Amino acid sequence: MTAVDRSRLPAIGPDGAFRFPAIARHRLANGLDVRTVEHRALPVVTLVLLVRDGLGSDPAGREGLAAITADMLDEGTGAASAIDISDRMARIGADYDIDIRDDATVLTLTTLSRFADRGAGLLADLVLRPSLREEDLVRVRTQRINRLAQLKDSPAARGEQAFLGVVYGDHPYGHLAIGRASSLRELTISDVTAFHAAAFQPGRATLVVAGDGTHAELLAVAERAFGAWRAGTALPGIAPEARPAPPSPSTRLGLVHRDQAAQSVLTIGQLAPPRSTPDYAPLIMLNAALGGQFVSRVNLKLREEKGYTYGARTGFDWRRGAGTFTLEASVETRVTRDAVVDALAELEAVRGDRPVSGAELDLARASLTRGYSRNFETAGQVARSVSQLALYDLPDTYFEQFVSTMDAVTEADVARVARQYLDPALMTTVVVGDRAAVAAGLGTLGFGVPTELGLED
Amino acid sequence: MTTPDLTYTKRTLANGLQVLVHTDPRVPQVAVNIWYHVGSKNEQRGRTGFAHLFEHLMFEGSAHHNQGYFAPLQQAGGQVNGSTNADRTNYWEVVPTGALELALWMESDRMGHLLPALTPERFATQQAVVLNERRQNYENRPYGLATAALTEALYPREHPYSWMTIGDAEDIRAMELAEVQAFYSRFYHPANASLTLAGAIGEDEAFELAERYFGDLAAGPVPEPVRASTPDLQAKHLVLEDRVELPRHYMAWHTPAMFAPGDAELDLATDILANGKTSRLYRTLVFERRLALDVGAHQASREIGGYALIVATVAPGRSVAEVDAVIRETVADLAAQGPSAAELERSAVQVEAQFIYRLQTCGGFGGKSDQLNAYNVLTGDPGYFRTDLARYQHATVASVRDAVAAHCRPDRAITLTVVPKGQLGAALPGAERVVAS
Repeated sequence: MTAVDRSRLPAIGPDGAFRFPAIARHRLANGLDVRTVEHRALPVVTLVLLVRDGLGSDPAGREGLAAITADMLDEGTGAASAIDISDRMARIGADYDIDIRDDATVLTLTTLSRFADRGAGLLADLVLRPSLREEDLVRVRTQRINRLAQLKDSPAARGEQAFLGVVYGDHPYGHLAIGRASSLRELTISDVTAFHAAAFQPGRATLVVAGDGTHAELLAVAERAFGAWRAGTALPGIAPEARPAPPSPSTRLGLVHRDQAAQSVLTIGQLAPPRSTPDYAPLIMLNAALGGQFVSRVNLKLREEKGYTYGARTGFDWRRGAGTFTLEASVETRVTRDAVVDALAELEAVRGDRPVSGAELDLARASLTRGYSRNFETAGQVARSVSQLALYDLPDTYFEQFVSTMDAVTEADVARVARQYLDPALMTTVVVGDRAAVAAGLGTLGFGVPTELGLED
Repeated sequence: MTTPDLTYTKRTLANGLQVLVHTDPRVPQVAVNIWYHVGSKNEQRGRTGFAHLFEHLMFEGSAHHNQGYFAPLQQAGGQVNGSTNADRTNYWEVVPTGALELALWMESDRMGHLLPALTPERFATQQAVVLNERRQNYENRPYGLATAALTEALYPREHPYSWMTIGDAEDIRAMELAEVQAFYSRFYHPANASLTLAGAIGEDEAFELAERYFGDLAAGPVPEPVRASTPDLQAKHLVLEDRVELPRHYMAWHTPAMFAPGDAELDLATDILANGKTSRLYRTLVFERRLALDVGAHQASREIGGYALIVATVAPGRSVAEVDAVIRETVADLAAQGPSAAELERSAVQVEAQFIYRLQTCGGFGGKSDQLNAYNVLTGDPGYFRTDLARYQHATVASVRDAVAAHCRPDRAITLTVVPKGQLGAALPGAERVVAS
């Protein structure tokens, strides 16, 4: 055996072949879009039901309605109580989760494949036949108001809430899914019933079934459980992409006071294009180089060079309507101002005198494409990926084309989108930290005195 | 039907490195996972946090790759991470098949040739990063310092589980580069490590590559196991002030060592008590009486001994004493009567499902490669998966009842209440004030 050559790193070999999951599309008589994927590694099945209303569909003054409606689904069906529902989940070893996104409510249930029908039936009961009882709403509403009070303790949640409020203003994306205490107090059971009727309709939903079965078997599971879903009559609201654009941010520098905070939580960012932008590929390449991974510029600067933070990252938060770009880091209090200066300098440089280099682009491209097959290891990953295609109107060939799409992105494309979409002069910086320790320093950044962002009640 | 198994092949290299291989060709990636049998329990009081800080240094470069470890691996499309707990430190990559040799080259270089790359500047930067990790995860997080207070309260001051893995901030500041040498020679060598390759790779190729990259590294002495006697807990109440809106109440007991008799039963018991809406405490505290906003429980199983913990956030307008009383009654009932047959049957299905779900991924924290190393390092038997499952499947009403009765005794329970600043009176009567930082 030859000794290892330690004078250089070993060369990288070619990638192994991978066949992306084949998606079969079906439409039930009631209009439900069903997509099945055979994933036969283990006796497991994952169902994802996506409806196209999320927190962005909350009416003004009713913030939190989508989330509380989602929460009410497993509070009982027919005569069954919340405890009974949970017991039925437990008896099939189900992992159940409901996620309120900006443009969608997503229910995910994973179970053993021998329980596929019971799992699908349970999911259908939640969606088709929730009891939506007044006394449950009263209890759930109180829990949510209390949880909101607890969020005041969390610097990360306060940073997110304040940032969304500043950049979106009164646009429907401008609040957390949980809503506000003032709006939650106003919510009634008829709000919930009406929202449920409008949002949960077979013609506006997609069901993905991925797991250990043939397409025909997986479709039959969907049909047996959801075939009886009747189309509703309520009209859907305004499509997210048709809403008016958010107003200009109300401030460039906001401070949320947290007494004697050991760190300052920084959120720096601005509005970004919707998921449907033709510039999606160069934007995610830009992000990977700038702050999307450990070796990105902002983490190398703020963590590995300066030691200011445990980690700094950037990201695009995609939506059907206007999204956001943010840089986030939790930094030691005494370096708050310096960290903001360094962060803004990186954001300025990438659109100015230090655009993403060819080498950085190669790294970003490799990290996005060469590990891509890992996203399809489990039935749950596959089902969630397919539901994303549905949410954003992407073709079934999206996965196969992903690598070549990324390969086609050039240095010039990335430089262009950096200039076009990132502009530190237009960004808002929100700091959650100790006023006495950080306000004076922040005031010298050139954005004036920081605007105190009080707590939303 | 039979539960799928977690299959493997094992060989031990001449230098003592244990190598495990699991083939799963579905995705063209290979998981590389290394466990070093060293954690914060190998530290001393006054020198805490060292094992974890050392983990950070392992990513900063090695003799033949004298720069950061993330870049080449991310460039190759790999994922990279590591973690430290009281008992062990793990490092892993998940890489496309074409980058497997790169990952093995790098892991072997830092196993055998780390120190020449360690400069005072890199050391100082990682000290600062770790202090920020501590601020982010504990000091600036609501209820974050409860962990520190509980850890100290559960064990006497010199006990190896009496400090948090992240370490005391003073100790992290006081660490010196010179201490790294001795720590590295003692714990970071083939005879104190277990390497698993799992994924799109055949056995022969995997063992050949392991031998090629790790076979010439020098063996070291296997460290003596850490031993510590753990005196019984004496019941007491503690109170800690924090910047929080609502009081949170913690109740804890010592439990047996990982895989010891009673360990599986107490996992089941904590589930029956407080996990999910069907659990007894959720039903009483949150759903029916609304004394708490949330309740949860878990058992931390570790090599020398574990602990069980129940945590509930007290609802506005309700008292800690009410919540405390319900928890005590509920635990006492489980200790007297055991679970119902229906509860046990439900647990059995959940356990089976969770074991099968665990087989879905090869790499990363909790993936198949991590599990094989866990079983190998902690039981000596990498094929322990089915035995582990059987521990839960063989639990009975009587065995769960007896484990709760033996370990979750009221006279051996400590409580900690985290209260909003200035509200020490919200805690239980007679609670002793503690300070954590």
